Amino acid sequence: MIEFFHLKKDIPFMRYGRVTTTISLITFIVAVWALAAKGLNLGVDFTGGTVLEVSYPQAAQIDRVRSAVEHLGYKEVAVQNFGSARDVLIRLPAKQRASGAQLSEQVMGALKAETPQVELKRVEFIGPQVGKELYDNGALALLVVSIGIMAYLALRFQWKFALAGIIANMHDVVIILGCFALFQWEFSLTVLAGVLAVLGYSVNESVVVFDRIRENLRKMRKTEIPAIIDNAITATMSRTVITHAMTQMMVLAMLFLGGEALHYFAVALTIGILFGIYSSVLVASPIVLFLGVSREDFIKPAKQEAEAMV
Amino acid sequence: MNRYPLWKYVLVAVSVVIGLLYTLPNLFGEVPAVQVSPVRTTEKPDAALMQRVEGLLKQSGIANTGLMLDEHGVKARFADADSQIRAKDIVQTALGADYTVALNLLPASPAWLTAIGALPMYLGLDLRGGVHFLLQVDMVKALEKAAERYQGDIRTLLREKKIRYSGVSREGNIVTIRFADAATRDQARPVIEAAYSDLQLADAATANGVVLVASLKETAKIKTQEYALQQNLTTLRNRVNELGVAEPVIQQQGLDRVVVQLPGVQDTAKAKEILGRTATLEVRLVDDEAMQDPARLQAAAAGQVPFGDELYYERDRRPILVRKTVILTGDYITDAQPGFDNNSQAAVHINLDGRGARIFRDVTRENVGKRMAILLIEKGKTEVVTAPVIREEIGGGRVQITGMDTVQESKDVALLLRAGALAAPMDIVEERTVGPSMGADNIAKGFHSNLWGFMAVAVFMVFYYRVFGIFSMLALTANGLYLMALLSMLQATLTLPGLAGIALTLGMAIDANVLINERIREELRQGNSPQAAIAAGYDRAFDTILDSNITSLIAGLALFWLGSGPVRGFAVVLCIGILTSMFSAVTVSRALANLTYGRQARLTKVAI
Repeated sequence: MIEFFHLKKDIPFMRYGRVTTTISLITFIVAVWALAAKGLNLGVDFTGGTVLEVSYPQAAQIDRVRSAVEHLGYKEVAVQNFGSARDVLIRLPAKQRASGAQLSEQVMGALKAETPQVELKRVEFIGPQVGKELYDNGALALLVVSIGIMAYLALRFQWKFALAGIIANMHDVVIILGCFALFQWEFSLTVLAGVLAVLGYSVNESVVVFDRIRENLRKMRKTEIPAIIDNAITATMSRTVITHAMTQMMVLAMLFLGGEALHYFAVALTIGILFGIYSSVLVASPIVLFLGVSREDFIKPAKQEAEAMV
Repeated sequence: MNRYPLWKYVLVAVSVVIGLLYTLPNLFGEVPAVQVSPVRTTEKPDAALMQRVEGLLKQSGIANTGLMLDEHGVKARFADADSQIRAKDIVQTALGADYTVALNLLPASPAWLTAIGALPMYLGLDLRGGVHFLLQVDMVKALEKAAERYQGDIRTLLREKKIRYSGVSREGNIVTIRFADAATRDQARPVIEAAYSDLQLADAATANGVVLVASLKETAKIKTQEYALQQNLTTLRNRVNELGVAEPVIQQQGLDRVVVQLPGVQDTAKAKEILGRTATLEVRLVDDEAMQDPARLQAAAAGQVPFGDELYYERDRRPILVRKTVILTGDYITDAQPGFDNNSQAAVHINLDGRGARIFRDVTRENVGKRMAILLIEKGKTEVVTAPVIREEIGGGRVQITGMDTVQESKDVALLLRAGALAAPMDIVEERTVGPSMGADNIAKGFHSNLWGFMAVAVFMVFYYRVFGIFSMLALTANGLYLMALLSMLQATLTLPGLAGIALTLGMAIDANVLINERIREELRQGNSPQAAIAAGYDRAFDTILDSNITSLIAGLALFWLGSGPVRGFAVVLCIGILTSMFSAVTVSRALANLTYGRQARLTKVAI
């Protein structure tokens, strides 16, 4: 049998509770600072605007592309390479004189005048109104998922776990968002979908640990609560790491082979998965401890709960 | 204890076979095809049309690899793109403008697969290339247009009933009718009320005398808006038909939006032009009296337009004064064809419907010797296409518009007129265009990330859990099959985020097997017999698997509800993937374990 985690003794995670919580707190504060100071670099999905992806037969000259577009009289044009030296991404904010539909034609016309072989690969135009709706719906989705998960945990376990679980996972979400703000990575609708998926996914981790804690509370009657939690985490550790490693392998394949379109989606998932492990082990459990979980929380209503689940 | 009843093995085997069957069509790829369908939505493609197409192809000696008929039209497959394009040209020329001949791609899977309803997944625009538009209908304009119609109608009505009014004006969607005295107004009121039940009338007195203020009732407003949207949908359908797109999607979204998806369209500029054009035709009389007076014409050009007139310019930039009253609009047009006039100049031949023909005949009879202007209104710009002198009464509803510069222009104008007018202008509020090469590129990238991710996971699982690793991977493969098969059966739209969703769900689904395998190991470590360990591993793990999947399902459902476009594709894959993984991870892998170990009563060792 090959085992990566053959641990004879439980690792005293809870003894480091203060340290890990402090680390979390610092990361969290940095993330919040990044969000507040720099803000998210929202994609056109949310802000409205036009994005064109064009491909040149040879390496593109960014400056010439930019001046060609600026000659049309548009301001705040962002031009950058996208994936390779031949591919160029042109971003135009909303509220230009021309409506978005004509805008992309005009830009392509100007680029074609300069280099006839230029090929249009993708256009995205989102009107400001639609952008706002997508933004609102995105925020609502985040809220709905959070409430849904919290309600589920409260139903399945008990409010202390629900609170700890949601704090741990919101902590993940804030850190993902913080990373996107700090590095000014583009936050698009697809990235948001990734964040929500990872939110649902990493709650599992807390569920598995909580499940063990509950089981241990019933089985290990004489053991102190911190030791019970340590045991629960140690016992599920192997599964935690392997599961996440497997999911991460898939995500890495996406990161390296999925192309630019899936790049930030995969980045969001990667951060989410890594912090997901960390937070459910080292954030959720100390919070449960801090909230004062006790045997009485489970011993008596255990039967009712078992029924409630059916 | 680790034995399944026979039916469970059969269930697993059958489900895998079904999964395979319905996944298969996705592997065959697509062949070039030509799709022929009638332009008018009222006509249905039939066997006669199929025979005609078949005959045409035989005549011209283009080899096809099969014809079929369905609700969308007659579809002919070809071995290569070259004969596809030749066939399209030949069929289009032979059948004429009444039929749309579009290039299409058809699944290359064998007929027996198609016969059992096994079709490949429906690819989203980001994977097959094409254009997606979201159009917003301008409802304010729709109401204004309705009021404009009432303005003209009320004028005609009062004139017919010989009720004297001093003016009918419109501001926004409110029509004001001025009268000399209250008595005339009271006479007019019941007449208008009886004729137009959708209007609500109110008396008022202004400095200019007594007036009647007419506005649309609330119910009528809603009806007008609904009608405007329906009319626009129909118009868009007609226009898209003219474009010759194989499988267009034109749908209402919400109260005032329309989604248009044109898969495979490469000339997006043309598509946008045709869709975005709100061209309508108006026939009005020219104010000849004012036109004959150069001083008044000059004054008009300087901004002093005579009352009841509007100033426009002809193609040669000469100013022309046109009456505000609209005689005819594009709504009365039943057909418009490009052609030539007697001097071999490009022209458009128009057919009017019965009512339009009557109005046109009356107006031409009463105005012989005067000039009539034909205005083309496009995107708020009005252009006088031509302003001929009426030589005689024109009956029968056949009208010729001359003054076209080129043949292409006459074709474009005819197309626009034929496609009908929009009840209200529309704006493109969202556009997503994906080039065809990019679509193919996205499929390749999505496929490769799935493949390599899966291989990496497989290698690790088999290395780490050995025989149970093999079970897990077989279960995961089955999961992949189920997922693909269900997506194909539901004809769900697969998008690039959807492809990423497949990778993600597979990566997440392995969690269940890791959980089971770890549990079995733990039971073995505690000294339980292999059979007991396997049983306990599967039994106890199920609760946790359910738990972990429910939270993901919550996220998936929320995304489906609130997401749009490609993200919705992701949500669909996520939700279906979770459901299939709950079946495959537990039932399929356990069936394999039972089949391998279940019969050995004295099992002393398992490879895990």
